[in-house]
Amino acid sequence: MKENSVLEMRHIYKCFPGVRALQGVDFTLGKGEIHALMGENGAGKSTLIKVLTGVYEKDEGEIYLDGLDKPAVIRSPQDAQRLGISTVYQEITLCPNLTVAENMYIGRGTGRLTNWKQMNTDADRILTNLGIPAKAQQQLSDCSIAIQQMVAIARAVDMDCKVLILDEPTSSLDESEVEKLFGLMRDLRARGVGIIFVTHFLDQVYEVCDKITVLRDGQLVGEYVIEELPRVKLVAKMLGKELDDMEEIKDETNVYHGDDAYVFEAKGLQSEAGIKPFDFYIKKGEVNGFTGLLGSGRSECVRAIFCADKVTGGTVQMNGKPVKLTKPLDAMKNGIAYLPEDRKLDGIVGDLSVRENIILAAQVLKGFFKPFSRAEANAFADEYIKLLEIKTASADTPIKSLSGGNQQKVILGRWLLTHPEYLILDEPTRGIDIGTKIEIQKLVLKLASEGMSVTFISSETDEMLRTCSRLVVMRDRRVVGELSGFDLTQGKVMETIAGGDAS
Amino acid sequence: MTLKKHISVSKQIFIPIAALVLLAVFNLLVDPAFFKISLGHNSAGDPVLTGYLMTILDYGSEVAILAIGMTLVTAASGGQDISVGAAVAIAGSVILRILVGIGGDGSLRAPIFVGFLAACVVSMLFGAFNGMLVAVFKIQPMVATLILYTAGRSIAAWINNNELPIVTDKSFTYFGGFIPGIPIPTPFFLAVVCIVAALLALKFTNLGLYTQAVGINASSSRLNGINPVFIKWLSFVLLGLCVAVVGLIKTSRLSSINYSVIAKDIEMDAILAVALGGNALSGGKFNIMASIMGAYVIQFLTTTLYKFNVSSDALPAYKAVVVILLVVISSPTVKDKLIGLQKRMKQQKGGGQS
Repeated sequence: MKENSVLEMRHIYKCFPGVRALQGVDFTLGKGEIHALMGENGAGKSTLIKVLTGVYEKDEGEIYLDGLDKPAVIRSPQDAQRLGISTVYQEITLCPNLTVAENMYIGRGTGRLTNWKQMNTDADRILTNLGIPAKAQQQLSDCSIAIQQMVAIARAVDMDCKVLILDEPTSSLDESEVEKLFGLMRDLRARGVGIIFVTHFLDQVYEVCDKITVLRDGQLVGEYVIEELPRVKLVAKMLGKELDDMEEIKDETNVYHGDDAYVFEAKGLQSEAGIKPFDFYIKKGEVNGFTGLLGSGRSECVRAIFCADKVTGGTVQMNGKPVKLTKPLDAMKNGIAYLPEDRKLDGIVGDLSVRENIILAAQVLKGFFKPFSRAEANAFADEYIKLLEIKTASADTPIKSLSGGNQQKVILGRWLLTHPEYLILDEPTRGIDIGTKIEIQKLVLKLASEGMSVTFISSETDEMLRTCSRLVVMRDRRVVGELSGFDLTQGKVMETIAGGDAS
Repeated sequence: MTLKKHISVSKQIFIPIAALVLLAVFNLLVDPAFFKISLGHNSAGDPVLTGYLMTILDYGSEVAILAIGMTLVTAASGGQDISVGAAVAIAGSVILRILVGIGGDGSLRAPIFVGFLAACVVSMLFGAFNGMLVAVFKIQPMVATLILYTAGRSIAAWINNNELPIVTDKSFTYFGGFIPGIPIPTPFFLAVVCIVAALLALKFTNLGLYTQAVGINASSSRLNGINPVFIKWLSFVLLGLCVAVVGLIKTSRLSSINYSVIAKDIEMDAILAVALGGNALSGGKFNIMASIMGAYVIQFLTTTLYKFNVSSDALPAYKAVVVILLVVISSPTVKDKLIGLQKRMKQQKGGGQS
């Protein structure tokens, strides 16, 4: 073990059926260091954290801890806790109906009777020490979310922790609350605690962290001192900039030529999901996209357009005429189709057959009392299975037994069957094989050349650059820029995403 | 394709059919007289068929009718309505109130179908109440229907001012008994009507598709333009309709009502019928015919036990044993184990060859 480090993870491997979640990842945490763990979704951050906290057992590799002369054995969360590894999760995992002190000491009794007085005094002492504005005998639910978060940290700290893991602790806090939390983190750093900080907010990383470790696709990209890694470079590392060998699929001659009237236009649109009001339009035959890091609000924007989240303000025009959209069916009736980001949760109807999944949206549009005949349904299913080359045993196969890419094609087929004017695709290429990814991108361009308007969202920037002619850039739930023409380059996109002191 | 569909459907309905065959074989071996059906005459001199099989057809039909609605509720909401017994009491009470009224002399004051229609409306209103709690307020179906389960019989008694109206008109007995000249019990015909109506509704509307989609993935259904709240609510209203039919049969059998006993525990049989039909009690895909088969299997079992002079107090215990067996055998865990066993046997075979 290196001098001064409190935790070292070496060559960690972890596989799940079909996924190599971690492939030889190294991670080092120093004493009194705040270390950001960065990466897009699926990069392996949470798997690494779960291996460290004993939720998962690693397949291979070693974990060394300060003060232990042999590799640590972590098989359960209890093991991790005993070794001084504590975790505070995004969602508060305390009991809101107990007092602050009870929450700090719950589950730690040695079996003897609880000395309530002693417990409350101890709790108060710790809270004062850490400068947390809460009283031991206060009920936890009376505290703000930030304070609850801090109580969770206080509980962790009191358990003699050497390593404190903060998994997205700031996502439900407002700015002043985040400041308080950072104050506490700096305090703990001064006491020699090593802190692993997982977050999607770049600003916060640069405000509080000393080092950054970047993961991508289950592999270590590198460990950097914060001063040596400007934002643009960090974004590049996270997204993986290396050019792959995909062919150039955007063909200039194949662009839709016709009147470029606005098909959809929104002004000041906002929804319950907490995005700042935004303006948006799309022309006939145009492919545009929302880009930004995960959690930047790009999905929430398109959900607002389709009324998937409750729309709370703004006006919408379709083909120049004002329309009132309040629920998904309204949007569908106006020719909008939406392929949701979370295929499993919002897309497929798992136990239903491929055929039923394909006809679902068109059937709903047709009406409750007008079911498609068996022959019609079969014809539709066969048509789209063939058109999209969906690999399925038959149209009767439950969709859940298909591979991710084929499930996605079924959902795509479902929406194409409704013959939409405006098609929204939120991460249609996530979690599917590279061949299907290219197929989908080509299809998008083909549809657009036939006059369909498409909004395409992908966390892989190069995919968007290949397909979109205009990109709306989001950061922290607000639109921060729009790029088109010669500005559509990796560098420019990342610069805009990173914002601020891009250098 | 049709062949494949056929197989998957028959797989689900296989469980109740297998149970039925098992029970039939058991009875055949122990006492073939079980299957004896004789033509006799009832007190009014009308021809009636009697025998254990007729009893099954007669009483199984009540559960079968309820099983239709219960299947829809289960599929859409992923939970069960435990208030149907109490709701039957209310429906029956409404019928008697309309037909005889408080302090009536037993003669009909209104046509029977008016009484039945009133019961339909009231039952569907109570169904709508349950449905609202479940669909709009997202209360666990069993907890939501616990309210009516507790209060229903009191409401039923209150409707008739706690009196027990007696219908003396003979035509009222037809619904739970026999129509003169037809030797088969009327409840069976009522069940057939309900089943046909349900199958037609499933064929000529999207009730089946919507209900299953909502039960499997409500969030995704919503994004496809379906209103999950309405579909869940609707399933409870339709169950209310089934309840009204059973209310008619039950009161017709007695020509009166016993608020605390009428249709007691029938909800459990209805839920069991759905489970025996191989329908997931957590909602999603369903097969109405399998549930209906399940209902008759339960009655078959009950009648068999009665035949062996099991006292009605001990009946539930015996029933429970059989049900445990059936449910465990068709549980996913056992299924997985069986599939695993099958795979291993195949592997061993393959291993032996190589």
